[in-house]
Amino acid sequence: MKISHRRLGGAVAAFGVALTALTACGSGGDSADGTVELSFLVDNSETTLAQANAVADAFNATSTDVKVEVETRPQGTEGDNVVKTRLSTGDMSDVFWYPSGSLLQALNPAQSIADLTGDPVLKDVEEGFLPVVSQDAKVYGVPIGSGTGGGILYNRKVYAELGLQVPKTWAEFTANNDKIKAAGKTAVISTFKDSWSSQLLVLADFYNVQNAAPTFAQDYTANKAKFATTPAALTGFAHLNEVNAKGYQNKGFGSATVDQGMKLLLSGEGAHFPMLTFTLPPLLKDNPEAATDLGFFGVPGTDPAKAGATIWEPAAVYAAKDTEHLAEAKKFMAFVASPAGIDAIKDISAPTGPYRVKGAKLPDDAMQAVKDIQGYIDAGLTAPALEYLSPVKGPSLEQITVAVGSGLTPPAEGAGQYDKDVEKQAEQLGLAGW
Amino acid sequence: MVVDDRPSAGPRAKSAGPGPSRSARRRTGAAQPYSLYLPAGVVYLVIFLVPTAMAFYFSLTRWTLFESQFVGLQNYKDFFAEQSLRISLQNTLVYAVVTSLLKVVFGLLLGVMLTSRLRTTGFLRSVVFFPVLVSTVAVGITFSVLLRPDTGLVDKALALVGVSGTDWLGSAQTALLSVALVDVWKGVGLATVIYIAGILSIPQTYYEAVAVDGGGAWQRFRHVTFPLSWPATYSVVLLSLIGGLRSFDLIWTMTRGGPGFSSDVIASIIYKQYQAGFYGLSTAGNVVLFVLVTALILPLSWYLGKKEVAA
Repeated sequence: MKISHRRLGGAVAAFGVALTALTACGSGGDSADGTVELSFLVDNSETTLAQANAVADAFNATSTDVKVEVETRPQGTEGDNVVKTRLSTGDMSDVFWYPSGSLLQALNPAQSIADLTGDPVLKDVEEGFLPVVSQDAKVYGVPIGSGTGGGILYNRKVYAELGLQVPKTWAEFTANNDKIKAAGKTAVISTFKDSWSSQLLVLADFYNVQNAAPTFAQDYTANKAKFATTPAALTGFAHLNEVNAKGYQNKGFGSATVDQGMKLLLSGEGAHFPMLTFTLPPLLKDNPEAATDLGFFGVPGTDPAKAGATIWEPAAVYAAKDTEHLAEAKKFMAFVASPAGIDAIKDISAPTGPYRVKGAKLPDDAMQAVKDIQGYIDAGLTAPALEYLSPVKGPSLEQITVAVGSGLTPPAEGAGQYDKDVEKQAEQLGLAGW
Repeated sequence: MVVDDRPSAGPRAKSAGPGPSRSARRRTGAAQPYSLYLPAGVVYLVIFLVPTAMAFYFSLTRWTLFESQFVGLQNYKDFFAEQSLRISLQNTLVYAVVTSLLKVVFGLLLGVMLTSRLRTTGFLRSVVFFPVLVSTVAVGITFSVLLRPDTGLVDKALALVGVSGTDWLGSAQTALLSVALVDVWKGVGLATVIYIAGILSIPQTYYEAVAVDGGGAWQRFRHVTFPLSWPATYSVVLLSLIGGLRSFDLIWTMTRGGPGFSSDVIASIIYKQYQAGFYGLSTAGNVVLFVLVTALILPLSWYLGKKEVAA
């Protein structure tokens, strides 16, 4: 029995009106001179906002009949809930910026987001990107900004100083860690106060999982494969445990923040930081040396010939299904996902990984870490993170990885806990086969 | 013949005295006074009763904000199967008991001290009460900084006596207790104020009687102050126990239930379900918390209330 909320009667309607009044700013409208104003909802992080303003300004400069106004919402899960509430009450802005992949699946796109399947708005979008903005073979969004690499950020000066080579297998990585530790430095930086950062050794290991078990993502979505019973998937948890057991971590890792971790890495007191590259551009303003001192390699696996990396796809711009200005919204989205749209963003915020628009190239002065990622892409040695291939991602993974990475939970037990967590999420999403 | 020797329960037990009886008053023009309740009743209905009833309903559904699907008691099953539930139940109880005990002990001590004839009483009272005025989130953030290993002020101070390097909030052994102590620091001011009021309302004659019998400070405390400030103890225990059971903001700002699940409490689990978008499950958790708090506080309040009458 499914009940649509609009039918739940007067009480809900009254509640909804109250919510609308609290959260709404209304969608855009027509101004007196005949131009259409589009509202564009983005999160209020410095990087996102700067990019959103840049692309909106560039679009407004070329367009006479459509103007885009940027509107902000909080970041993180609080912002996710704002988006869900506004979509479910029919009060969404005309276009909005939101992650692709498993987070999109939770928005119920068929009911709330305008369908772009086969539309010319997608003409410049790379085909490889489409699956992460699709549900049931319908496409809902266009990429904005650049992708992100997930793996190990390392300090290249420390590597030069200690005569180390970029490791191609986990065994080589461990050998490097031993040397770094012997030199009195932190081998692997952990920042468990920002618990999301504890997941990287598991999530960014997915490239290796896919190499070993090519159908894992499908089987996992269909409830046929589990982390605890797939040896390749279990490896990420084992790595986390090993880093802790061998004493590679920084002192006070339990209450360290990602910012503190980046400082450790930049100063060379720490050599490796399992991280996403989106943390790099904000560093550049005060530490221009980050562009050349910091490099990137994927989480090492077992086969040196296949050493590669896991990639996080860019976020996307979507149009609300009930927007009154769908044609204008598509015009703006086509601009966002075009080389001109990329150019507008490129100057404002350094890319953190590949662009997903045909004809958009990384600038020559891109950060070394980003060039390292591009190297993996050019060699065809990447896989998207699991959350872009499957709608299933348990919400407690970060607490579980903190527990495993702090030596509180053995790796196999942690993987088992995560499997249970995933089961709960799949049930709550109402996925088939769970 | 059996004589009923139970003491009378006081004025409450007897009728209200002269004048027409209550039922007689109720009969005359019954409808009109009740219509005066109507505006308040509507507000109460819309703002409190309807959302409460809806919460109970949504706790039985799988709810994405877009649509809801009735799933019976599945959410409750899921909530009780939550892997961190056992540790969080234990943590919730430990946290509530530790904070209310310490608030009673320190509140009473400070209350006695601040009702004595110290010259700086006024100043000290404001100092003790000050933390109550500060936002909990601000306190949480401040203490997160103070408790950092190596760079934090607490660690530097302890280093002077040779204890150093403890990651107070980042280690599973100390995280919950560290937060509990900060909670006591923040809440003891309120407990103290309640005790000051309680102690000041004790008639001086009792103290004079102790003095006549040759009793000292300890006897004054043991036989007068402590037993006669029982109503204050009762309020402090109840208030801090309820606060402790529902505590969330301080734990969330300082440890987010971490490291791992080691300082999770029920409220933080509920919040995590909400964060994950499991609105029905999170609502079920709230219903569970409501039932738990009621089940603990009602009998306790009844028991303490009985002792109060006895004292």
